[in-house]
Amino acid sequence: MATETQELSQHAAEVQQAAGMPQLDFSTWGNQIFWLIVTLVVIYLILSRVALPRVGAVLADRAGTIANDIAAAEELKQKAQEAEAAYDKALADARVEAARIVAETKAEIQKEIDAATAKADTEIAAKVAEGEKAIAEIRAGAVEAAETVAKDTTAAVIAAMGFTAPEAEIDSAVSTRLKG
Amino acid sequence: MATEAHGADAAHEGSGLVFHPMDQFIVKPLFGGTDVHWYTITNVTLWMAIAVLAIVALMVLGTSGRNRVPSRVQSIAEMAYGFVYKMIEDVTGKDAIRFFPYVFTLFMFVVFSNTLGLIPMSFTTTSHFAVTIVLALAVFLTVTVLGFALNGAKFLGLFWVTSAPLAIRPLLAVIELISYFVRPVSHSIRLAGNMMAGHAVMKVFAGFAAIAAVSPLSVIAIVGMYGLEFLVAFIQAYVFTILTCVYLKDALHPSH
Amino acid sequence: MEGNIAELGKFIGAGLAGIGSGAAAIGVGHVAGNFLAGALRNPSAAASQTATLFIGMAFAEALGIFSFLVALLLMFAV
Repeated sequence: MATETQELSQHAAEVQQAAGMPQLDFSTWGNQIFWLIVTLVVIYLILSRVALPRVGAVLADRAGTIANDIAAAEELKQKAQEAEAAYDKALADARVEAARIVAETKAEIQKEIDAATAKADTEIAAKVAEGEKAIAEIRAGAVEAAETVAKDTTAAVIAAMGFTAPEAEIDSAVSTRLKG
Repeated sequence: MATEAHGADAAHEGSGLVFHPMDQFIVKPLFGGTDVHWYTITNVTLWMAIAVLAIVALMVLGTSGRNRVPSRVQSIAEMAYGFVYKMIEDVTGKDAIRFFPYVFTLFMFVVFSNTLGLIPMSFTTTSHFAVTIVLALAVFLTVTVLGFALNGAKFLGLFWVTSAPLAIRPLLAVIELISYFVRPVSHSIRLAGNMMAGHAVMKVFAGFAAIAAVSPLSVIAIVGMYGLEFLVAFIQAYVFTILTCVYLKDALHPSH
Repeated sequence: MEGNIAELGKFIGAGLAGIGSGAAAIGVGHVAGNFLAGALRNPSAAASQTATLFIGMAFAEALGIFSFLVALLLMFAV
């Protein structure tokens, strides 16, 4: 280290004597220019043979991929829009269909209700008629029973009073009275 | 290392502040000896080799996956590719894409040399006029040869400004001619000057750190300068590349 | 305090040439400032003009670099 330092100082002193500025020490120019040319040639060969074609290819590949992807995305977007339109149409169709079904069902139910109502009405009417008939029968039965009781009672009253009368006479008399 | 040595000397001598801002630029052989022959392996060789390795790591190893979805390193490589590609396309024109590897080589070398030079104790190859003058002359000769090869004598129309009045055209031609030949000078000195000045200023600030009273200030100043230099490293690489594109445009389309 | 007059002249000349770097700084600042003023008026056009901005700054800076070069040459080469 010491010798090196000494050498360097010595060299620096020489340089300072020669030019004072290392850049203007022309004794080193040949060395620098030689190594510079070697360096530049090496860099040029490496870059132009290996690096630049590779980077260019990667960039071109990426540009192609991106263009393709954009085209694909455009296509997918188109498809999505079509699908959306189809969906909207299906939805609208379904709505119309649903409305139609609702209307139909309503009409059917209405019809059934009407039919049931009509049927119930006729049944009720029949029942009412039956009831009326039964009432009439009962009433008729009651009148008849009352006539029989009246005849029996009349016959018993006549007998109790010590009289005798033909049955037919009693009957007609009572009937006439009752019809009165 | 040289600075260390001088610092030690200064400490021994006790002579206060000693600045050696230029010692970091000394070209010295790596494996002993003091003579620098053209074939000697020096610190220039070392840092250029590191730049090559860094470029290989970024552009070759980083992209070895060829991923459609890039990794972090690969996206940096793609960013650099797209940056230079777009620069050529915008500034020079679509027909200049065949010079893309050439321009990209210059850009990668300059940007990696500049940023590697910011590593402490490193050596900045682009701070040397020898390096930048070769780079600029390569561009200058390419443009000149290409201009004459593609356009023939019409390339001289670059110096004959037809939009100006006839009387002042000879004067303009002289000015244009001078500015044309000054191009490699400004192209190279700009890069080397910026790199050298920034590094020298940092070294000067570092020298102030020896005084205890101002050393915190010095450290803060170095941090600030370091950030600025990092920006400058990229901007100078960008400027170098974009000027290359502008000059190439003159060769391809000499009409104003 | 012995010294020769040529040394003195060199250093004075280098210092004077350094002024040129400051002048270039004014020029670069002018370019950037005008770019910013224009960019704030029409931000949509600014992005396409950054390359022009850097080229303009580079040309303005070139002249400052010449003065820097003159200073360096005076200091170290003459």
